[in-house]
Amino acid sequence: MKRTTLDLWVGIFVVAGLAALAVLALKVGNLSTYNMSETYQLQAHFSNIGGLKPQASIKSSGVLVGRVAQISLDPERYEAKVTMTIDKRYQFPKDTFANIMTSGLLGEQYIGLIPGGDEAFLKAGDEIKKTQSAVVLEDLISRFLYSKAEDSKQPNK
Amino acid sequence: MTIVENLRFLGHRIVNAVWRIGFASRFFILILFYSGTSFRRFQLTIKELFSSGVMSLIIILVAGTFVGMVLGLQGYETLKRYGSESALGSLVALSLVRELGPVLAALLFASRAGSAMTAEIGLMKATEQISAMEMMAINPIARVVAPRFWAGVISMPLLSALFSAMGVFGGYVVGVVLIGVDQGSFWSQMQAGVDFKHDIVNGMIKSFVFGVAVTAIALFEGYDAPPTAEGVSGATTRTVVESSLTILFLDFILTAFMFQGE
Repeated sequence: MKRTTLDLWVGIFVVAGLAALAVLALKVGNLSTYNMSETYQLQAHFSNIGGLKPQASIKSSGVLVGRVAQISLDPERYEAKVTMTIDKRYQFPKDTFANIMTSGLLGEQYIGLIPGGDEAFLKAGDEIKKTQSAVVLEDLISRFLYSKAEDSKQPNK
Repeated sequence: MTIVENLRFLGHRIVNAVWRIGFASRFFILILFYSGTSFRRFQLTIKELFSSGVMSLIIILVAGTFVGMVLGLQGYETLKRYGSESALGSLVALSLVRELGPVLAALLFASRAGSAMTAEIGLMKATEQISAMEMMAINPIARVVAPRFWAGVISMPLLSALFSAMGVFGGYVVGVVLIGVDQGSFWSQMQAGVDFKHDIVNGMIKSFVFGVAVTAIALFEGYDAPPTAEGVSGATTRTVVESSLTILFLDFILTAFMFQGE
């Protein structure tokens, strides 16, 4: 059995196909940013998570530090319980503040962590106590309308 | 009388269809059963990889580039209205990797390589080469059919990956080079939007399933073709029609399973 030009062409084809797959994985997909090998988990309760979804990003000062692992309703407190997976390289103080924020006006929602000044750090499995819920656009509008209505009443007093 | 004749005709069609389905299933099992030869004598499969995979490269690469360019143009026009041109990268990449890459590559593969397979095997049967092999105690399924099947199954995911990569390149050329979308946000939005496991791996699974379906249909139609000139031409037409419809139907089923409940 000897090598033929046919083998060369098939080899080129297979190599090109695998290279395309690698380009898709590294350049197009997020495999290159998937290096959160060592992680730990934190929990937080929110009274309203808005449109937050599993796999949403967790950012601190705009830097991606983790992802939302799981969202469920706490049957005792009737609040949303969010489990977060955080990169081990980043440690946060005990009085860290967790906000649900929106990227852009209509963009997707993410959790922003604002570190506090506590000396002790959050350990794996700990809960972030200070949280702020998502801003729901309907609430804002209704609050705005109510305050407008109050304003227009006052001159008549 | 005509009612009875119509009924008889209908019954004949149904029985015939069920018969064909049974034969097709047995044929598919036989391909899997006798595929040892196509790996022991891999040279046979390599020859078929050349004719079905390498020869389809040009059409896949060119079609992928143009589809990506059209996506770039149309996506830009629509996204511009909402002032979110920076999402162009993730729009182009997601639609290519999830849907257009696997489906269009499989449709092109069905008409480029599937029809050729059917015609080849149908003509082999019409010119009694298949019977001659059986006379020489060579199993035609192991020697002729199975290598073509595995060549199709191997080349389909590779072709689909190439299609998607070229499409992303085409979208980049139109979006960033010609229109002037910011390069950094184009790539970063793309990386943020496309998940490796959820999008790329599922796309590859899709194209693997399409590869199995297209080559199995093409080979069966060739093997089942009446040994006449008319029969072979009819079988080639049926291959393209049936495999295109099967691809689109399977795509719906797979999408429903993979991307449900988001």
